[in-house]
Amino acid sequence: MAELLVFSEKDDLAFELVSKGKEFSSVFNMKLSAALLGKKIDAKADEYFAYGADRVYIAENPALADFNAESFAEALYQIGQPNDVKILLLPSTKRGKELGPRVAQKLGAGCVTDATSVEVKDGNLLVSRYTLGGNTVAVEMIKTPHKVITVMPKTFELGAKEAKQGEIVKVNLNLKSPRTRIVERQEKVGEKVNLEDAEVLVCIGRGLEKKEDLGIIEQLSKALGAEVGCTKSLCTDYQWLSEDRLVGLSGKKTGPRLVISIGISGQIQYTVGIRDARITVAINKDNQAPIFAMSDYGIVGNLYDIIPLLTERLKNL
Amino acid sequence: MNIVVCLKQIPDLVYIRVKDRKPILEGAPLIFGEMDRNALEEAVRIKEKVEGTKVIAVAMGGAKLKEGIKGVLANGADEAVLLTDPLFANSDTAGTAKALAKAIEKIGGYDLILCGEGSTDNYSGQVGPRLADLLNLPQITYVRKLEINGNKIRAVRNMEESFEVVEAEMPALVAVANEINQPRLALLKDILKAGRKPVKELKTADLGLSGDEVGVKGSVREIISNLAPEQARKQVVFEGDLKDVVENLVNALTKEGVLGR
Repeated sequence: MAELLVFSEKDDLAFELVSKGKEFSSVFNMKLSAALLGKKIDAKADEYFAYGADRVYIAENPALADFNAESFAEALYQIGQPNDVKILLLPSTKRGKELGPRVAQKLGAGCVTDATSVEVKDGNLLVSRYTLGGNTVAVEMIKTPHKVITVMPKTFELGAKEAKQGEIVKVNLNLKSPRTRIVERQEKVGEKVNLEDAEVLVCIGRGLEKKEDLGIIEQLSKALGAEVGCTKSLCTDYQWLSEDRLVGLSGKKTGPRLVISIGISGQIQYTVGIRDARITVAINKDNQAPIFAMSDYGIVGNLYDIIPLLTERLKNL
Repeated sequence: MNIVVCLKQIPDLVYIRVKDRKPILEGAPLIFGEMDRNALEEAVRIKEKVEGTKVIAVAMGGAKLKEGIKGVLANGADEAVLLTDPLFANSDTAGTAKALAKAIEKIGGYDLILCGEGSTDNYSGQVGPRLADLLNLPQITYVRKLEINGNKIRAVRNMEESFEVVEAEMPALVAVANEINQPRLALLKDILKAGRKPVKELKTADLGLSGDEVGVKGSVREIISNLAPEQARKQVVFEGDLKDVVENLVNALTKEGVLGR
């Protein structure tokens, strides 16, 4: 029986993939399995079964002590090949995204990374992903018998847990010692922000003249109960805000009920990150800025005049 | 030491227009991807530090590639290998990696392969890892800092939760992040010199590849559609006295039920 295999170095993301994988494996009449790879793995298999896995592979191997794409790709290949794994689902985290293409190459598989939706249509898997810098969404079909898909986190909903028994398969892998060694991990400094879950967002772009002016943005966000996000130039070029606050193609894809974009022209690299917002507002001095076409409500004017007025008004609601 | 830099020409995204949800690429000039240019810059910086380093640019593309590659040579690459056979046209990531691997094997004697962590247009990030696998090399991706010491690489990777310091021995493939450097602008003397640098063109046959293995025929995926997402926004713009404008906005947002905690 062919198999659909799920792997994620993060269990919560694996559970999302298993939850949706249940649907695919039943349509294609496949076994649903998951791989646990590491040096010493705690018995988490029961939770994988509860979300719907039929089988869990446990591979303990010193080469898998730390994540490295080369060994992990080889491990998934050695599990996938003898067990007729036809579909491999990985999360589109940085690790998942560097792992997927490498396993795909070994399996002779087509691969789609950063999938924003995966659907079954006429017996085929149709995978969507942003392309052309976020201007368009390509719907792709993988033609090879083996398929590898890395899926953006939170694309699939977590299913309900059920009481279910499954099969645990311990596998002995033949892995060389890794050729890359992790010698140090430097924690990223700065507070942890979670823009993906924010209900209200205030995003700021190059219209802000200097770092000190972030104060008025913070006051507005406080009045709104919002998180602050920004465009690429503010965090990468000027480094006024941490990378955690980057919204857009190379940053966070957010889905708040309200986002206010201030001093942002509206390049696609940014707007792709606010596409799922319920209500979008733009404040920009250039009435020709593309951001207004992407907005439900807009104000044309100087942000330095508007923001303090808006903040005061919101405080008095 | 020999460094191979992989580059791809892409349409300049600033010039892409969308009409009836379809992307219009005509008229958009071709440029090299942002992170491809970072990879080139990093190779040239290594060359400036490590004596005897040669930087070889490898690129696949259409008729405009021969013109475009001059900028790469002006920016410090010593020579270029171009895969311009029309049979390569519209190769997907699997086909591109296959062609690059064959070309790099033909060049031979490489120590380091540098590429961007993704192309600026599609950002699929597949070519680097696929190429590393085809050439049986360790891969180090998302690199924001790179040091070469003899045969050793020390790289700082930008991961979600931390910066990861990784060591490996060459040969290896390194995929760089945008923040690793700020690519230089070529000086006039470099532009003049670029014209004299060797450029070699390779066809599928030179690489022992058939037309079925690359291009559209060799593609492992089919694009069913490629359209701009439907986006219906109200586009109400408030104008006039700023106090009124702010009042109008707050009223509208209150009606939408998006204010309050």
